[in-house]
Amino acid sequence: MSQITPVFKREFLGYFRSPVAYVFLIVFLVASVGLAFFVGGFFKANQASLQSFFVFHPWLYLFLIPAVGMRLWAEERRGGTIELLFTLPLTTLDAVLGKFFAAWAFLALALALTFPLALTVGWLGDPDWGVIAAGYLGSALMAGAYLAVCALLSSLTKNQVIAFVLGVVVNLALVFLGWSVFNGLLSGFLPVAAVDFIANLGFIPHFDALSKGILDPRDFAYFGSVIALALTLNVVALER
Amino acid sequence: MIEVKSLVKTYGHKRAVDGVSFTVRPGDILGFLGPNGAGKSTTMKMITGYIRPDAGTATVAGIDVAQDPVAVKSRIGYLPESAPAYGEMTVLEFLNFIAEVRGYRSCAERHDRVERALARTHLEPVRRQAIETLSKGYKQRVGFAQALLHEPPCLVLDEPTDGLDPNQKNEVRALIKTMAADRAVILSTHILEEVDAICNRIILISNGRVVVDETPEAFHARRPGARLDAIFRELTNADA
Repeated sequence: MSQITPVFKREFLGYFRSPVAYVFLIVFLVASVGLAFFVGGFFKANQASLQSFFVFHPWLYLFLIPAVGMRLWAEERRGGTIELLFTLPLTTLDAVLGKFFAAWAFLALALALTFPLALTVGWLGDPDWGVIAAGYLGSALMAGAYLAVCALLSSLTKNQVIAFVLGVVVNLALVFLGWSVFNGLLSGFLPVAAVDFIANLGFIPHFDALSKGILDPRDFAYFGSVIALALTLNVVALER
Repeated sequence: MIEVKSLVKTYGHKRAVDGVSFTVRPGDILGFLGPNGAGKSTTMKMITGYIRPDAGTATVAGIDVAQDPVAVKSRIGYLPESAPAYGEMTVLEFLNFIAEVRGYRSCAERHDRVERALARTHLEPVRRQAIETLSKGYKQRVGFAQALLHEPPCLVLDEPTDGLDPNQKNEVRALIKTMAADRAVILSTHILEEVDAICNRIILISNGRVVVDETPEAFHARRPGARLDAIFRELTNADA
C-alpha cells in the first residue's frame, strides 16, 4: 500500500509541471467567486455566511471537474505510459488510489485558495465558523465524488474528449436527481417516498445539508459510497 | 529464470499467441524474432504481467506471474516498445519516481541508484531536460535507464534499438552485452544482424507459434552461406 505515495507525488507535482494547474486554478477561482457575487448577490444578501458561494458548487463542478478527471487514465493510455505503470511492482489499486488522491488534493487546494472570501466575511461580520467549515468539507467531499466518477469514465476510453463529455453527462444525471426543479416535476406523478428516494441519490440534498452546517453521518456515507463504488469499478475496468 | 509454458492469448477471433513455450536461463540473451503481428510483444506483455494470458503460465524466478504479479514485476526490468515515459518530467525526476516505486525510499540510496543508471546510459548531459524534448536516441536510453535501475535478474526489451542511428545501436548493444553477464535477457528485434551481434539463442515466432528455438549457429546451419533474412523468409512464409 505504500506504493500509493510515489504515484501520488508524481501525479500531484505533475499538475504543476504544465500550464494545466494554473489555468484551472485561475478559472475556478474567478468562476466560483464571480458566481457568488454577480449571480448570488453575495453582499446584497447581507448575511455573514458563504451560502451564496457554496450554492453554485454543484453546477460549477459539473464542467470543471471532468476537465481534471478526463486526463487521469485516458492520457496514460494515449501516451503508452499505462504499459509502464502496470509493469511496475504496484497493484492496480495502488495506481487508482494514488491518482485519485492526487487529483482530489489538487481540487482541495483550489477550494482552499478561496479562503480570502471566508476571511472577508469574518472581517465584515460575525459568521458561524463551524457552518463555514462544514460547507468547505461538504464541497470537498462532493468534489471527490464527482472526481471518482470522472476517473472511472476516463479509464474506459483512450479519448480525453469522450471522457470529458461522459463525465459531464453522468455527473449531470447525478445532480439532476437531487435538483429541486426536477423533484418538483417528479412529485407530479410519483409518491413522496419515491421522489425522496430518488432525490437522495443525487448530490445536491447531501451537499445542501452540509453547507448549512448539518453534520449528518448519512451524508458522509453517501459521498463515501459514491467514491468507493466508483473507485472499485475503476479498478475492475483497468484489470480487464 | 523465465519459464513460459503453452501461453495462449486470443483477441476476438485471432489467436495472437498460440501455445508458446520456452525457457530463458541466466546468461542467455534470447533474440525474439518474427514478422510484425507474430505475437512477440504480446508474449512479452504476458511475461511482464501487463496482459493476462488466456491459458498457460509464465514463471519468473519460480514465481507465477498470475499468482503474484507484483513479485514478478519487481524482478523484471522491462523496456516497452517506443520506450514510454512521462514526457513532462525531467530525466532526473522520472528516474527518481521509478526508483521510489522500486523501493528505494531513502534519499541517499535513490540518488546512488539514479546516478549509476544515468552514468551507464550516458544520460548525464540531459538529466535536467524534460523527456518530451529529447531526441529519439535519448528517449530510448531513458527507457533503458528505468529498466536497469534496480539491477533486475531479468531484462525484457521490446525492440530496444528501434529508430536509433548506427552509432547509438552499437552503444545499446554493448550495454546489453555487459548487462547480460548473469541475467536472463529477452530482446525482440527486426534487425537480424543484432541477433548475430549479441544473442546466444534465437526464437522465431510466426502466427503465434514458436517455429525455431536454437542457437544462432544452428540457425545459420539451416542454409549454410545464406543470408539471415532469406532463412527468416523461408521459415515464416511456410506458415503464412
